[in-house]
Amino acid sequence: MDEEPLVIGTTKLTSRLIIGTGGAANLAVLERALVASGTELTTVAMRRADAEGGSGVIELLKRLGIELLPNTAGCRTAAEAVLTAQLAREALETDLVKLEVHADDRTLLPDPIETLDAAERLAADGFTVFAYTNDDPVLALRLEEAGCAAVMPLGAPIGTGLGIRNPHNIELIVSRAGVPVILDAGIGTASDATLAMELGCAAVLLSTAVTRAADPERMAAAMRSAVVAGHLARGAGRVPQRFWAQASSPPR
Amino acid sequence: MEIKLNGEWTAFPDDATVADVLDATGGQRPGIAVAVDGVVVRRADWAATTVPKGAVLDVLTAVQGG
Repeated sequence: MDEEPLVIGTTKLTSRLIIGTGGAANLAVLERALVASGTELTTVAMRRADAEGGSGVIELLKRLGIELLPNTAGCRTAAEAVLTAQLAREALETDLVKLEVHADDRTLLPDPIETLDAAERLAADGFTVFAYTNDDPVLALRLEEAGCAAVMPLGAPIGTGLGIRNPHNIELIVSRAGVPVILDAGIGTASDATLAMELGCAAVLLSTAVTRAADPERMAAAMRSAVVAGHLARGAGRVPQRFWAQASSPPR
Repeated sequence: MEIKLNGEWTAFPDDATVADVLDATGGQRPGIAVAVDGVVVRRADWAATTVPKGAVLDVLTAVQGG
């Protein structure tokens, strides 16, 4: 069953699982998890460089042939996010950016006002913007109108593993979106990733669920299968739910 | 002169360029990007860009995250 690749901007992805590199104990663990996940696109963060040199994560991703998706994590304002994206473009030679502007440290929820402002500026500056957003169907449309190449509603706050708290909102976002919808944040286990795809998401982005699992490599393999299963099920068209039983064996 | 390099005031010779600052603090290595007073300075312009006295200079690189 050949599946259509997911196209975002000029990037074509066969795998619909995007992995974040944060939280892995070390690069060896991360490498095994990335390979097991089959991912083709992976996020990195931008931080002040010290004189000792890089962490080696870029070299690892290049060696594995995985495309980089720099994020703007840690930014609190649109201005900070725009500058961070511009620095990432210069450092990594990519127009892709995962836009995230966090409102505060306890919830890490996206600040919708700053996010929309930054999205408009980055799209106008030629970036392919993946916008991390609340599970707000109105804001998702506004981000699309602002020129985002993909909208990425959260299932639950970053790192909580609480799954998809408002599946109906995710379905609403998917039903009206003209750009790919990527479920981002909140995934705890494989069934959460499957649900995201069954709801019609084009892809799933997760990191904590894999990198902080007891066995990251095994969980990465689980997530790979989960995303494929959910995508196939969505395309297959599920049976309607019924109140009463319906015999699946012929009557006597 | 003093410039604020990645959040810390640091002394450099007057008329130091972005390239001079990098050479003194880890080198003009791949995978980094530089902003002076909130504006990106392209790699091709490092050698020709003089850092103003009191400027805020940020050097960023990619790390695990997200």
